[in-house]
Amino acid sequence: MTILSEANAKALLEKVVKLSKADEVECNLDGNIGGNIRYARNTVSTAGEESDLTLAVQSTFGKRTGVATINEFDDASLLKVVRRSEELAKLAPENDEYMPNFGKQKYLESNTYFDSTASVSPEDRAQAAEDSIVPSKKNKLVAAGFLEESVRFSAIMNKKGLFAYNTNTNVDFSVTIRTEDGTGSGWVTRNYSDYKLLNTAEASNIAIMKAKNSVNAKALEPGKYTVILEPAASVGLLGNMVGNFQQRGADEGRSFLSYKPKEGEDREKAPKNRLGQKMFDEAVNIYTDPQHPIAPAAPFGGDGYPRKRTDWIKNGVVVNMPNSPYWAKKSSMEYVPSGGNIIMDGGDQSLEDMIKSTRRGILVTRLWYIRSLDPQTLLYTGLTRDGTFYIEDGKIKYPIKNFRFNESPIVMLNNIEALGKPERIDGNMIPPMKIRDFTFSSLSDAV
Amino acid sequence: MDRRDFIKFGGAGMGALMLPMSGIAISADQLLDKPMDVAFKKKLADVALNAAKSAGASYADARIGRYLNQFVTTREKNVDNIVNTESAGIGIRVIANGTWGFASTSIMTADSIAKTAKQAVAVAKANSKFQTSPVQLAPVKGVGDVSWATPIKKNALEVPIKDKVDLLLSVNDAAMANGASFITSILFLVNEQKYFASTDGSYIDQDVHRLWAPFFATTVGPEGFKQRSGLGNPVGMGFEYLDGLEKDKIKITGANVGYNNSYDMLEDAAAAGKQLKAKLKAKSVEPGKYDLVLDPAHLMLTIHESVGHPLELDRVLGYEANYAGTSFATLDKWKSGTFQYGSDIVNLVADKTQPYSLGNVGYDDEGVKTKEWDLVKDGILVNYQAIRDQVHMIDQKASHGCCYSQSWRDVQFQRMPNVSLKPNAKDISAEDVIKDVEKGIYIAGRGSFSIDQQRYNFQFGGQLFYEIKDGKIVDQIEDVAYQSNTQEFWNSCTQMAGQSDYRVGGSFFDGKGQPSQVSAVSHGCPTTRFDNINVINTARNV
Repeated sequence: MTILSEANAKALLEKVVKLSKADEVECNLDGNIGGNIRYARNTVSTAGEESDLTLAVQSTFGKRTGVATINEFDDASLLKVVRRSEELAKLAPENDEYMPNFGKQKYLESNTYFDSTASVSPEDRAQAAEDSIVPSKKNKLVAAGFLEESVRFSAIMNKKGLFAYNTNTNVDFSVTIRTEDGTGSGWVTRNYSDYKLLNTAEASNIAIMKAKNSVNAKALEPGKYTVILEPAASVGLLGNMVGNFQQRGADEGRSFLSYKPKEGEDREKAPKNRLGQKMFDEAVNIYTDPQHPIAPAAPFGGDGYPRKRTDWIKNGVVVNMPNSPYWAKKSSMEYVPSGGNIIMDGGDQSLEDMIKSTRRGILVTRLWYIRSLDPQTLLYTGLTRDGTFYIEDGKIKYPIKNFRFNESPIVMLNNIEALGKPERIDGNMIPPMKIRDFTFSSLSDAV
Repeated sequence: MDRRDFIKFGGAGMGALMLPMSGIAISADQLLDKPMDVAFKKKLADVALNAAKSAGASYADARIGRYLNQFVTTREKNVDNIVNTESAGIGIRVIANGTWGFASTSIMTADSIAKTAKQAVAVAKANSKFQTSPVQLAPVKGVGDVSWATPIKKNALEVPIKDKVDLLLSVNDAAMANGASFITSILFLVNEQKYFASTDGSYIDQDVHRLWAPFFATTVGPEGFKQRSGLGNPVGMGFEYLDGLEKDKIKITGANVGYNNSYDMLEDAAAAGKQLKAKLKAKSVEPGKYDLVLDPAHLMLTIHESVGHPLELDRVLGYEANYAGTSFATLDKWKSGTFQYGSDIVNLVADKTQPYSLGNVGYDDEGVKTKEWDLVKDGILVNYQAIRDQVHMIDQKASHGCCYSQSWRDVQFQRMPNVSLKPNAKDISAEDVIKDVEKGIYIAGRGSFSIDQQRYNFQFGGQLFYEIKDGKIVDQIEDVAYQSNTQEFWNSCTQMAGQSDYRVGGSFFDGKGQPSQVSAVSHGCPTTRFDNINVINTARNV
């Protein structure tokens, strides 16, 4: 069994900590069990089940740290992993940035685990795939999809009295449905904590509709367009931006969040970063919240420090940047850990409402192959994929060929026309967004 | 960088790269433990094969793997982390009722292995209910007991940790003494000890080594900040790759030094520092059409994305439609025998046999002996990359030998072999290629890369950009990316250097599949010219 109860995890970690001879020891125990099924060309291709339980031991002598991990749990193995981490610590040079372990912590209540996800069988997965394949076949379309569910637990203990434990479940489903001649393609994704919420037939119908409606796409000239980005389309750009919210990089002058002194301003006296500056439209509110009812996250990070709701952008103003304990101390700031999810506020409008209120624009299902072009401006490139449509006078008029975009989420979040009702995507809550002047730089023949 | 940041670094700092961080960490000396006895592995493999057959499998293979990794990461004057990992276990793949099934376990007792084999058969049978296209395997003759090893001179795992730390800290010093403000340097060492057995009668023992030593330097000035990563290649070699031999250096006047099968990391780091300073002052490119001269350390990634991926048969057939995508290089184009993938000087070959390359092995992960084959010959598309359960779909009888799994834990599937551009038969130099260009840009090193899901439209950046005027490199420039269409691009190829300039670069962590797996793959090519390519300026005010 690779999923341990809180009592069993605690007992095991106490045993490991007692074996330590190091100045400090921090142990992470992580277990998972999960299964997946993959299908393509309207038939099952591969499927598998996997489970694992791993113990990581970090030992520290002074400022020398070593890490060893193991997935065997007899007494000899536990002693071995502790000694190995201690040997490695003695071999390692001193790390001037080493920070001591945290003491005992209090955590928010967790709502990340659902029994339904823990009881999925190979037959359930096969049926879920079949529920997606059958309507696709009926419509003379070709489905390729993937379903994966997992149960995980995580426990942390150190010599200073810290103990943390959490279990979580996750379900990911996505399917790409294409016309037989390859001239149309639709896609949909679903992400839940609770397997009961998954309906692969319902989801697949959206991909079917997009596949059928994307045939005979017309070419529009590249340029700046008003776009409606579905949550799956904007999550990649937002994720990249939030991932780059790091105080250290900003303070070191190598981030879009670095402060740029004005001409004549004393560089030494100027702020190092853009904390407190309004960088985005005032409708932008982005934060992390481990207790979000739809997209919850673990109440602690990998170092055992508690997570709490933390604003990153409030009314368009940068209000917090994650840092490390070392950098927090060096810059006389509070330690702000990275979040476990991205929550962006939106409005009440549905995607359909947003289309209705659009005179001319482009509906984007998803963005693909997003890569950085310039970290100074956070400029990214990538392409639209699997359902791109022209909107005129509040209606979808016709499918259009895919575009390459070259755009920055900073620009995007300054050009907001409207925000819709947020949806869960990849463990985050993201609203559909109507954005003006989104930059498409070239056309792609890809379908 | 602590172990948690290390994982994040994989996602945020290195683009598509993915780090296999799972595994049992062990101390340095234990990395040198003798591999598991071959006779014992054979015995365990037979347990798996027999149990699978008894449970109803018509075919079974077992892969017993011991995967050793070492990662050393440094930042400026600090050693962030030293990690040793070991992962061992067995993956069992079966066909039952015409359907694939797979299961794996780290518990290497006979009982556990037999149970896992039965579980693989149970998965196959559960899925066979909805199977409409039974698996057809191309025949492979059993090879009996054989072995193969990467031809290394210096086992990197035997080099003392202190020597590795000293090298990386010297690299950091060299970059910072010459203009870098920050630098992260890393050593990735990989040793795959893998044993393959199948019901075809093969028992194949292989010892595979790979090494990569990247660095990422940044400089900050009043103008902003600039980044430059190392120009070394990931290789299928031992620590000898870091000897920095003069004979393996190719110097481009006014630009960079290219490295073949030996890398001078210190020299490259010092050059990076100087080039970073120049980048801060460099003029921004004027967008427009240019003739591009692409250095092998750059072109390798263009080959990877615009030739390697679109010619994977599973993509062409739709098996990757939901993730990586499909391909513009459809079967009808191949069947026509006239599809002009590139100009008639373009010859692209696939192999898993090139010495020092990342893909080099004796046998693939379904027991097929590796080889070289043509993909594009004299500009015409002639073949794909295919494995045992695919080749019948292109009317071929033998697998190409490019099946791979990242570990014992994961199922094997079709992965890109080395895909390389053949050099000019006439052995001209890179500078000979540059000297005929009137208005062009020379690009070295891999930068931003993005391509659509059918591999038509792409946009690539680089590390270093130099303006070419009247056959000479004149100025370092910035903010360059080129946009093109794969077929147009390869048909605009007008010149390439010869064998003396041929170099092998690669990707250490190429991702594909659901659940996603990484693989390492190389691409050889000489410095090559492409005419009249659209160049955009990536600078923008926000």
